[in-house]
Amino acid sequence: MAYPWNYRYTKDHEWIEVEDGLGTIGLTDYAQGQLGDIVFVELPKSGDWLEAGKPLGTVESVKAANEIYAPVSGEVVEINSALQDAPEKINADPHGDGWLVKVRLKNPAEMNDLMDAPAYETYVTGPGREESAR
Amino acid sequence: MLRKTALNAVHRALGAKMVDFGGWDMPVEYPAGGLLAEHKAVRSAVGLFDVSHMGDIQLASRHPPGAALAAVQHVAMNDASRLAIGQAQYSAMLYPEGTFVDDMIVHRLAEDDFLLVINAGTRSKDILWVQASVQQFDCVVNDQSDAYTQLAIQGPRAVDVIEKLADRGVRALKSYWFVRGTFCGLKDVLMARTGYTGEDGFEIYVPSDPKTSQEVWEAVLEAGREFEIRPCGLGARNTLRLEASLPLYGHEISETINVWEAGLDRFCKIDKGGFIGRDALVRAKRGGLMRTLVGLEMVDRGIARDGYRCFDEGGQEIGRVTSGSPSPTLEKNIALAYVPPLLAAVGTTLYVEIRSQKYRARVIPTPFYRRAGRKEPQPVEAS
Repeated sequence: MAYPWNYRYTKDHEWIEVEDGLGTIGLTDYAQGQLGDIVFVELPKSGDWLEAGKPLGTVESVKAANEIYAPVSGEVVEINSALQDAPEKINADPHGDGWLVKVRLKNPAEMNDLMDAPAYETYVTGPGREESAR
Repeated sequence: MLRKTALNAVHRALGAKMVDFGGWDMPVEYPAGGLLAEHKAVRSAVGLFDVSHMGDIQLASRHPPGAALAAVQHVAMNDASRLAIGQAQYSAMLYPEGTFVDDMIVHRLAEDDFLLVINAGTRSKDILWVQASVQQFDCVVNDQSDAYTQLAIQGPRAVDVIEKLADRGVRALKSYWFVRGTFCGLKDVLMARTGYTGEDGFEIYVPSDPKTSQEVWEAVLEAGREFEIRPCGLGARNTLRLEASLPLYGHEISETINVWEAGLDRFCKIDKGGFIGRDALVRAKRGGLMRTLVGLEMVDRGIARDGYRCFDEGGQEIGRVTSGSPSPTLEKNIALAYVPPLLAAVGTTLYVEIRSQKYRARVIPTPFYRRAGRKEPQPVEAS
């Protein structure tokens, strides 16, 4: 699966797409592949504040629970409530229907700390890939 | 340095997700379907597992009769004298405290010749333990762990697959019996009706050279194709054994948990004569249980995981989860946990702490899953 050119990526395998100061956050295709069948997602509530690099929620596969980290700081304005009953959407469409939360960015400059698509692709296919896996 | 089974290259060629399991580089799931599909294949059809990481200790008398049997009786809690030649039993070796060195399956190969199949993570410890413990008996202890590639073929159609590849009638073989015969053209292969999934199935022991191992692996997949066989990883092996409430070393049983706490009473034959751990178990029984293993189902939305803390309704910490997972067959979140006996009754409400919040759970009967037509499940060797 291709990594959208207009998204930015974290080393913890989250993506964020920003339009007009509003960011949509999700897990990358690489992350969902490493996790396997996703069976449960725990997300913040609208109005919660996220801090870049801090946990924003949890995603659980059959095997294990894994933290999701916020790529940027900001206020949660919407969560993908469809994931409560259909967390497998993250496996099926990680860069689209499987999005997690939308945030109002506090500091858009934080985006500069993230990888672009070619850099992320190198990151997950290059040497040391297994060590970086969740 | 991770150890590899003879089938490591096969798993990697299939694109399996690999994991360090007890020092072994093992497949956790295969990309063709993933853990859930593998789990369902075993419950409804058949799955193939590489379990060559398991260890094998052979105990044989130097001068028959009797020394090997006496040695096994001394290190194992179950009564090996009840085994016919060609029969196997679930058992365990214990420390003098009545806690677990390891659990195992004891096979009686001949009158005075036994094969103990043990866990991967405890292999070297177990071998040293057996060697040290049976010195006074005139028998030979052989570590055969690297001699075998062990394959588990599990599921309701497993017998159909084995039948196509074996020269011996295996359909009539009873649970926990084995035969030696020709399998995939290889002579004198041990074929045991054992497993760790809660389904019918077989465990097959073939020579461990990579070429033979790979040929047998391919032959089993080919023979199973009409039944939609799937290669299965340790992920499905764990969810299958948890649904069947089979103990896993380091989780439900360990060097700090005793036989009574683990609820494995029916595999421990206190009256068979002396064995290591017996005296402590007799004392422990008189003293009463401090904790006992129970099955939980989550009532609130949340998944209990290994090591999570359990609380009573008053907020008092009462125990810990030893294994927890979503159950693919039952479609609910299940767990095993140690709790005080007073809180072990079916229907008791407990709380499991998940990421600093308490989630309601209920004690339910185990095993969580029992296959149709099966009266009493046998715990078998841990992965």
